Amino acid sequence: MNSRRLARLSLSVLAIVIALIWVFPVYWMANSALLPNRTLQSFIPTFLPFGGSFDNIRAVVADGSFLTALGMSLSIALIVVVVCIAFAFLAAVAISRFRFRGRKSFVIAVLLVQMLPAEALFIAQYKMMAGIGLLDSVIGVSVIYIAAVVPFTVWMLRGFVAGVPVELEEAGMIDGLSRTGAFMRITFPLLAPGLVASGVYAFLQAWNEFTVALVLLPSEARQTLPLWLRGFIQASATRETDWGQVMAASTLVAVPIIIFFMFVQGRMTAGLVGGAVKG
Amino acid sequence: MPAYRKEAVLVTVTTAPRSDVSAAKRRKRRPKAPYLLMVPSILILIVGTGYPTVWQLVTSFKEFGLKQQFGRPAAFVGLRNYVALLTDSAFWGVIGRSLAFCGAAATITLLIGLGLAVLMQQIGTFTRLTLQISLLLAWAMPVVAAMTVWTWLFDRRRGAINYLLDKIPGVDMYRFDWLASPLRFFIVALVIVVWMSVPFVAFSIYAGLSQVSEEVLEAASLDGASGMQRLRLVVLPIIRPVIAIVALLQVIWDLRVFTQITMLQDAGASGTSYDLLGTFIYKVGTGAQDFGTASAASILVLLLTVAISWWYVRRLLKEDES
Repeated sequence: MNSRRLARLSLSVLAIVIALIWVFPVYWMANSALLPNRTLQSFIPTFLPFGGSFDNIRAVVADGSFLTALGMSLSIALIVVVVCIAFAFLAAVAISRFRFRGRKSFVIAVLLVQMLPAEALFIAQYKMMAGIGLLDSVIGVSVIYIAAVVPFTVWMLRGFVAGVPVELEEAGMIDGLSRTGAFMRITFPLLAPGLVASGVYAFLQAWNEFTVALVLLPSEARQTLPLWLRGFIQASATRETDWGQVMAASTLVAVPIIIFFMFVQGRMTAGLVGGAVKG
Repeated sequence: MPAYRKEAVLVTVTTAPRSDVSAAKRRKRRPKAPYLLMVPSILILIVGTGYPTVWQLVTSFKEFGLKQQFGRPAAFVGLRNYVALLTDSAFWGVIGRSLAFCGAAATITLLIGLGLAVLMQQIGTFTRLTLQISLLLAWAMPVVAAMTVWTWLFDRRRGAINYLLDKIPGVDMYRFDWLASPLRFFIVALVIVVWMSVPFVAFSIYAGLSQVSEEVLEAASLDGASGMQRLRLVVLPIIRPVIAIVALLQVIWDLRVFTQITMLQDAGASGTSYDLLGTFIYKVGTGAQDFGTASAASILVLLLTVAISWWYVRRLLKEDES
């Protein structure tokens, strides 16, 4: 019995050590963001933000380029969320409420498209957007993002729509609602959590995306937040880096995402791995 | 593996649409509705993904370099771009590095993820929650932000990692330059990618583990199976489908580590020997403006991805049918 308790204890210690290792970079970001550059210049790192301040964060926000990039990121993310949810919702209803010819091909296409790497398409996407004058535009990037996000969103919403029993709608129809009316009044409200989850997913993708933005937004004035953040590192190779500001900038980009992410994490894992165990 | 094949065969046998009465009725009454509902999604997919794929495929058979960027018509050259790529030792170097990196990253991620999932089951609620929250925070970090932090951690002069390693007696890491040789560069990339990917794997496998029923495990231990034996002979076979899917996604994701490599190159060296497939295509396309070769390389990557994904898609289709 005693040796078992010892084993359990050592496992707990191991778990805590691993937890500390994994969270360390996140902590280090926040810690460095709070420390003045003078402290960060020393060879001996400062492990606790005593004597820290929000000066770095204030300096980053005061610089105009942050707000411009924030504006770009927000407009793109909002367009992607709204359009993506609308489109994906309709398609999810189609594949989970109807059986029709071509349904299976559509599902296969959706699943396959989701796997295509942006890294293998950006040349063509660049050429296409350059051809119709949509380089450096919110619309151009949004179109590519929506196409990239819609497949997984359809897949995720499909599960939610299928989760609402058709019998509920049929009961409503017996009580005199039309088919559409029954859907809108009974099923739609029940889908709210699903719509929120897929909206947050779309937001996360649009907010974090780097590759497509890099190719389709060449001007510095049109950068999204990830590109803007990269600018700090790019400069670091050639000149003294103000790591306090870089970390403050990273914190500003990361915090909203970390908060959003906590909401949808469960759904995302379930959507990706599916009913693998039960199958 | 054979077990899956059996299931896959079962899938094809049971794919005939369920004769759900109400679904059948609906189909007869409004044949057009589902198609109309899909139109917006299909259109955006054609514009954002379909057209670029086709354009890329066509361009990969054309000569499309600097001159063509300035208006000269692009002539079809058959397979010349592909031949040029496949006879170029630099490209094979890139492919080799990408596959090696992908294999190493996916394997290490899976092993650590599996280990953490098993660990989460063995420890008390408080410790488990601590570990889970810490993993969630790492998972939630935007890639670009994670890259700036890791660059700072690995910084040659004032990075925390050099400082901490230097503290170990007998280890001299003062001003050690992590990005100075391809091998070290990719070890850093490996550490970062594994750090980012482990949480997803750990949570997915943990979710799978929690579906293994207590009774089965009890029965096994009554029959005299030790802890290791139960894990190997009872638990692992049950959660094998989850591990397989997670492994596959990991392989696909680790083939496309564009952001991480680009940002590490920003911070350090950036010659061809530091390239993986994504950055290679990017450089050929934007630097040399050679869209023909870049397209051919892209098509090869697409083929590779689709080939790997096919199995995953079948798996999910099966879920769709049940």
